[in-house]
Amino acid sequence: MALVRAHILICTGTGCTASGAKDVLAKFDEELKAKKLRDEVSLVETGCHGFCEGGPLVIIYPEGTFYTRVKPADVAEIVEEHILKGRTVSRLLFKEPLTAEKVPNYDEIAFYKKQHRLVLKNCGHINPDSIEEYIGADGYEGLAKAILTMTPEQVVEEMKKTGLRGRGGGGFPTGMKWMFCAKSPGPKKYVICNADEGDPGAFMDRSLLEGDPHAILEGMAICAYAIGSDEGYIYCRAEYPLAIKRLKKAIAQAEEAGLLGQNILGTNFSFTLHIKEGAGAFVCGEETALMASIEGRRGMPRPRPPFPAVKGLWDKPSNINNVETFANVPYIFRVGAEEYAKLGTEKSKGTKVFALTGKINNTGLAEVPMGITMREIIFDIGGGIIGGKKFKAVQIGGPSGGCIPEQLLDTPIDYDSLIAAGAMMGSGGLVVMDEDTCMVDVAKFFLNFTQSESCGKCTPCREGTKRMLEMLTAITEGKGQDGDIEKLEKLAKSIKAGALCALGQTAPNPILSTLRYFRNEYEAHIYDKKCPAGVCTALIGYKITDKCVGCGLCKKVCPVEAISGEPKGKHTIDPDKCIKCGACMEKCPFKAIIRG
Amino acid sequence: MTIKSLEDLRKIKAESQLQTKARKSNDTQIIIGMGTCGIAAGAREVMTAVLEELAKRNLNNVSVLQTGCIGMCQKEPLLDVVRPGEDRVTYGPVSPSDVPRIIAEHLVNGNIVEDLVVAKIPNKE
Repeated sequence: MALVRAHILICTGTGCTASGAKDVLAKFDEELKAKKLRDEVSLVETGCHGFCEGGPLVIIYPEGTFYTRVKPADVAEIVEEHILKGRTVSRLLFKEPLTAEKVPNYDEIAFYKKQHRLVLKNCGHINPDSIEEYIGADGYEGLAKAILTMTPEQVVEEMKKTGLRGRGGGGFPTGMKWMFCAKSPGPKKYVICNADEGDPGAFMDRSLLEGDPHAILEGMAICAYAIGSDEGYIYCRAEYPLAIKRLKKAIAQAEEAGLLGQNILGTNFSFTLHIKEGAGAFVCGEETALMASIEGRRGMPRPRPPFPAVKGLWDKPSNINNVETFANVPYIFRVGAEEYAKLGTEKSKGTKVFALTGKINNTGLAEVPMGITMREIIFDIGGGIIGGKKFKAVQIGGPSGGCIPEQLLDTPIDYDSLIAAGAMMGSGGLVVMDEDTCMVDVAKFFLNFTQSESCGKCTPCREGTKRMLEMLTAITEGKGQDGDIEKLEKLAKSIKAGALCALGQTAPNPILSTLRYFRNEYEAHIYDKKCPAGVCTALIGYKITDKCVGCGLCKKVCPVEAISGEPKGKHTIDPDKCIKCGACMEKCPFKAIIRG
Repeated sequence: MTIKSLEDLRKIKAESQLQTKARKSNDTQIIIGMGTCGIAAGAREVMTAVLEELAKRNLNNVSVLQTGCIGMCQKEPLLDVVRPGEDRVTYGPVSPSDVPRIIAEHLVNGNIVEDLVVAKIPNKE
């Protein structure tokens, strides 16, 4: 076999697949064969690089050239120019949004420069379907070290020393959780991985499962050894078919290699893994509801205590962690707790993966050390706001979280500073909003989500979210009344105190945090009957000012004939006929039409 | 494949790293002129010979790169050898049968194959 001189890595994560990566892959195969280069160039499918904005992504080694938005039509040129003649195809290189400068190399892009990739290290750089490549990237070394050189008690102690806190939302110290479960008596225990990622705008767990599935398996196996379990479940939502496919393959490979299953690495330790596909209920991300769902019952939370560590799946002691938490574990056992704990802030150690979405230039995944500021994430890594508009707020933690306004952008991010700001880490989904976003509308959007996902078991959540949504809807329709804000606040606080599970307890957060930082917008809706951002259609109207020269363009474009006027004379809009589509404002060449 | 010990794991790791070695840039490079002139003069065959020879000798720390026409078309196929801290040496015209000698002498033993040298570019560091 001749030496492979170049590797073409094509991202086939969900994001890039959606933008056509599979066609690009097929075309590369075809072109390389046609040019008789197939033997010396290897074609590798990888998981997500986190830079979904630029997909489909193609990276060519040894140069490390980073091509973005590659279409099947570009492939012939890449093969001819780059692979055959060694010339970079510069038109496909990544262009920095802020400087418009072309960057040929992967490591030099501002999006990656400020990141610190521990958990995402392998994503996009190895073939997720190959256990050999994972092992080549230091894989399963943490597991070997843990089970061959440490006692279960030492493993738990090591976890406690890292200060790692659960990445699923609550931020409970992982080492403590393991210790509780390890100390629970009983011969049968379960390890569960919560892969029911459901927050709108969060996709870091999916990318991990798709891009580096073995890391999750390794993390779970180390946990199983620590707590004395021999069986585990990965609860993954059925909407992630690629993640499930790759997990299944990874489990089969690991079992064949003797890294899962019976007598792992020739020891007495055995651990088998199952995948349970969730049916897509948001509430099943709550641990007790998730376990009910695995057992085949309806996915509904139950009161705690007893906590899962005492009475979990099938009433056996169970330890449940999120995907990203498990993905941290192999690295920890490879480098040791002390090394790991050097990263981050005093009370929040390590890194966190954030999913950047909304009105931001570089949509994608950013892994950063705890303690970095939100401004660095959004402006340095995220490349700022689309269209150069003004930043207004960022919603963190999905429907359970809250928004962070401009004045708090320089706060270092960790679990505690976010709670103090009225938000929460949650899963780490960031939805960036610009000046055109109405904050009341945003609160309504998230409440609409939690309201329809409420399981209905407890009254505060079932009834409370419904009433809050009704009030928000009334406010956005111009039917808000004096006293509504106070009523909302009171109701929100009672729901927070009274709901059974985290879904209900955190459902009022979007309202409370928007009220805290953008109360004036609520007041404008209620008292002035105006939507300052111009989003709530019931509260906006269009007027023609004296700048009008009577060109008649607006009259032509109006779909409901609400505009009248003589040529060369000032036109007027009939507010009764106007449907507030805004077409006239867009069309007017003299900017004579205003919203208000 | 069953992994029974840390040694087994390390063995598979080493094997796998060989396979993915080309995914990083090496300090030692062989650069082949693959402009139209180079290809017409037989650069493809030279490239194939280089890859075969490297595989035969298990040399995994060498990156094989291509470059375009450097304007010395009469001397194509051109082949450059870059070793860290040394001058860059351009050989030409290189035929596939010269390749084993260049790799053995220059890359492995560190002696420049003087009779094939076209030019030397001084190391700036």
